[in-house]
Amino acid sequence: MKVLVPVKRVIDYNVKARVKADQSGVDLANVKMSMNPFDEIAVEEAVRLKEGKEHHAAGTATEIVVVSIGVTQAQETIRTALAMGADRGLLIQSDTDLEPLAVAKLLKAVVEEEKPDLVLMGKQSIDGDNNAVGQMLAALLDWPQATFAGKLAIDGGKATVTREVDGGLQTIAAELPAVVTVDLRLNTPRYASLPNIMKAKKKEIAMKAVTDYGVDVADRLKVIKVTEPPKRSAGVKVADAAELVSKLKSAGAL
Amino acid sequence: MAVLVIADHDGSTVRDTTHKTVTAALSLSSDVDVLVLGQGAQAAADSAAKIAGVRKVLLAESAGLGKMLAEAVEATVLPLAGGYDAILTPATTDGKNFAPRLAAKLDVAPISDIIEVVSADTFVRPIYAGNALETIQSSAAKKVITVRPTAFAAAAEGGSAPVESVAGADAPKTAFVSEEMVKSDRPELGAAKIIVSGGRALGSADEFHAVMEPLADKLGAAIGASRAAVDAGYAPNDYQVGQTGKVVAPALYIAIGISGAIQHLAGMKDSKTIVAINKDADAPIFQVADYGLVGDYKTVVPELMAALG
Repeated sequence: MKVLVPVKRVIDYNVKARVKADQSGVDLANVKMSMNPFDEIAVEEAVRLKEGKEHHAAGTATEIVVVSIGVTQAQETIRTALAMGADRGLLIQSDTDLEPLAVAKLLKAVVEEEKPDLVLMGKQSIDGDNNAVGQMLAALLDWPQATFAGKLAIDGGKATVTREVDGGLQTIAAELPAVVTVDLRLNTPRYASLPNIMKAKKKEIAMKAVTDYGVDVADRLKVIKVTEPPKRSAGVKVADAAELVSKLKSAGAL
Repeated sequence: MAVLVIADHDGSTVRDTTHKTVTAALSLSSDVDVLVLGQGAQAAADSAAKIAGVRKVLLAESAGLGKMLAEAVEATVLPLAGGYDAILTPATTDGKNFAPRLAAKLDVAPISDIIEVVSADTFVRPIYAGNALETIQSSAAKKVITVRPTAFAAAAEGGSAPVESVAGADAPKTAFVSEEMVKSDRPELGAAKIIVSGGRALGSADEFHAVMEPLADKLGAAIGASRAAVDAGYAPNDYQVGQTGKVVAPALYIAIGISGAIQHLAGMKDSKTIVAINKDADAPIFQVADYGLVGDYKTVVPELMAALG
């Protein structure tokens, strides 16, 4: 089974985003960038499907292709996935941050070329927080989707996925090929070892341009401005629980 | 312009999240219809009809819709989409699951998790874990929008809209297997007026429950948790408050033993009043807390219980 894993280069999750003074966006100059945390989980699960780790049968995945859409430096993100155990990479270069619909259309073109049996991807990127691309890709392909996967089993041409939903867990079985988006608790991603980082340097990353795919990637939404959220006014420290309760009562919070 | 709200419901009544989404919809148009998807959901449709301002309620039923499978929702809603300029649904896990699928089929950009309607085509939504707010404009003829319920007031009751049945589709390639819902007598986290939330400092699952449950019961509060507490197994997954868990905005949020990482703050910093109890006076949670109490929860929580009487 061939697995396609889309990954995104985003601001590192430990960095607090700063809004630009001209309100045009978030300042990403000289900010540490990393692989989107949910995508790391997707890569890890794909590698486990290949290795037969946890409850997966060895060789469930035979080839793992990692694709990223973004600036040239997104090669580093792909390289990280290759060091974790993916087989080869594809970078579709784009200098602008494309909207989820455009990303989904490009990924659809990649799927038609690569013909994977499973697309495994993060449930959302921590920059745009859209939580949309996986669902949109599934729709464009007319494939079933299983989002927010907390557990994945591949068996008999089906992906059985336990989804993290409001109020608990829901298990569904989706016929392959399918798109599965992963949630935080699916696994704990590995750190790439130094020998694997060295080996990853020899793995292939194909370079493409957005224009190679003949897909309409024009923005549909116009960003009017990006602003700081309202600041909370400074609070007070209280000495003990009794003072806390009396303050909350007089403020009408209790 | 007409707007369709896809309801969030439990089979017998629509949830508060639906009322809040209707409020957002009414700020776009006065022609708001509510679509109830489910199986055996007539009672939920009847409860949707009582929301003030709703023009009519559509009820679609099938096995797949009973489990809110995205493919069934897509196939049911697409034939109806022609009659609407905007489709809104709460940004619950169900809404997040089917709305982008629907948008892709309609070839429009989904607008996720809005917190404000500026005008009929302009909306505000948080990005970067709530560290920035993006104002976006969509010129598309049709819009698919998920609404962050905590950002809107609930529409009032008092309506009497007619209920019509429409065809419900199924999901041929996806099958429901099972579900495991957490049973709780406490208020639902997303709708609670008071939330008490525990972090890693509580040290174990037993301690988490022993400390948080009596306090929650005393306050009539829901219980939340930080990701650290959930990852450590102290609390179930669906207690998690934060960027990757639930986003809440109760009247009172009491954070106990939570340091206040960016991802946690993203889920609760719109609460009206925030209380932090932490023994580390430098914990980031104190920067957003209205009332901070530096101390060990082991002594503070019993004192708090006593002070509450």
